[in-house]
Amino acid sequence: MSFISYFINGVSLGSVYAIIALGYTMVYGIAKMLNFAHGDVIMIGAYVVLTCVSTAGLHPALAVLIGIVACTVFGIVIERVAYRPLRNAASPLAVLITAIGVSYLLQNIALLIFGSNTKSFPEIIKLPSLSLAGGKLTITGTTILTIVACLVIMAGLMAFINKTKAGQAMLAVSEDKGAAQLMGINVNGTIALTFAIGSALAALAGVLLCSTYPSLTPYTGSMPGIKAFVAAVFGGIGSIPGALIGGILLGVIEILGKAYISSQLADAIVFAVLIVVLLVKPTGILGKNIQEKV
Amino acid sequence: MAMLEVKNIEVYYGMIQALKGISFEVNQGEVIALIGANGAGKTTTLHTLTGLLSPKRGSVIFEGKDITKTPAHKIVSMGIAHVPEGRRVFADLSVYQNLRMGAYTRKDKKEIEESLRMIYKRFPRLEERKNQRAGTLSGGEQQMLAMGRALMSKPKLIVMDEPSMGLSPIFVNEIFDIIQEISKAGTTVLLVEQNAKKALAISNRAYVLETGKIVLEGDASVLMNDDSIKKAYLGE
Repeated sequence: MSFISYFINGVSLGSVYAIIALGYTMVYGIAKMLNFAHGDVIMIGAYVVLTCVSTAGLHPALAVLIGIVACTVFGIVIERVAYRPLRNAASPLAVLITAIGVSYLLQNIALLIFGSNTKSFPEIIKLPSLSLAGGKLTITGTTILTIVACLVIMAGLMAFINKTKAGQAMLAVSEDKGAAQLMGINVNGTIALTFAIGSALAALAGVLLCSTYPSLTPYTGSMPGIKAFVAAVFGGIGSIPGALIGGILLGVIEILGKAYISSQLADAIVFAVLIVVLLVKPTGILGKNIQEKV
Repeated sequence: MAMLEVKNIEVYYGMIQALKGISFEVNQGEVIALIGANGAGKTTTLHTLTGLLSPKRGSVIFEGKDITKTPAHKIVSMGIAHVPEGRRVFADLSVYQNLRMGAYTRKDKKEIEESLRMIYKRFPRLEERKNQRAGTLSGGEQQMLAMGRALMSKPKLIVMDEPSMGLSPIFVNEIFDIIQEISKAGTTVLLVEQNAKKALAISNRAYVLETGKIVLEGDASVLMNDDSIKKAYLGE
């Protein structure tokens, strides 16, 4: 019974990774950059929600909405101010280093505003637990909500990309920015939209993560951000279903590793698995074989 | 008034001047060829027209409006479509999706469907392969797709960059036939070609570019018999 319980917790943690990984993978697919500040947007979202609920006393649903809006705006501003001017820079390293800089900037802004003390994240998801097998297996409401949210987001995103004009524009931009422009697609607008969606999802991921592990510091987003990046690479960066598969696998490996091998080594196991996967299939599970164009 | 007026454009890549003041015009209904050797500035000229590059000096006027500073994505809906060098089809998307992408700026669903039918009629091969990934098409088929995709925006002026490049002789003839058909159907054509012979054969007028300048211009039939052209571009 405990195995099933661990497994479900792994899927739940993996769902959070998957939601964060979506932001990485979409931005990579469309803007061809790794946004290493993405994890810290999660932390910003969580702080905004925390402040709205604990300090301002707002209704949790409203607080989450404000958190999503705040992160969306943050994502768009970061892209506009820090990344867009470097889009045509001679070296792709310029924007990568900037992203790392933005990551530290966000952490330190949070440090200045909220201090370094660990804050306890309020319990805002009040769903009843599910009791199965005569009380031997209990699944918390947060766990169920996290998994459901991940699946809904994934389905919604696939529908958005395949059925809407903006989604089709994303596909075109991800393949060839120049040709997309010649179709009348606003490339800058499409990239900004991608950042907006990724950041909104990061806010949601922040709430779900902090509801399961309710302690918040300015560095809370850092490790999940890196793991979600691993998940995105694991599943095949640029691929949306890849982010889902990579995220969930990673969550399950991490929790099972913690439970059965060693809680200290769990992170090491996660990264070791990444190395093995990349050795066997460098493009990730669902990644396309990238061919150099002549 | 000319449909497209290009006035004295100068374009730089960093310190290097690629266009040294080029002027030409395209009238409604014409087929105009820009010919010249590699590096003469033909592609740069087209990129400047459709907003992918912006000139340091000079202006581009389309139907009386100054579009020199208009971004590329807005120029499409004004009525200029660009078939880029090397086709640049969306390889991972299906033929049908590529064509739909061409109609990105259009809103009327019925008219888009009508355009799609017209394209399939003109390029039956594209209809046969409509669900196939564009990347799996042959070079000639990809060129047809790139042209069909550009036509899906219902352009008044279509500019084509080296449409015959890298194609087998049979496809080259087919592509030039199609360009003539497009012209007959009422779209003005601006054609950049290295295959000067074929290009002059289907054009009304032509401009000859050399290292960023127009060195010769005139009726295509006259240029075809010009000795310097014959020697430099027609291999006679």
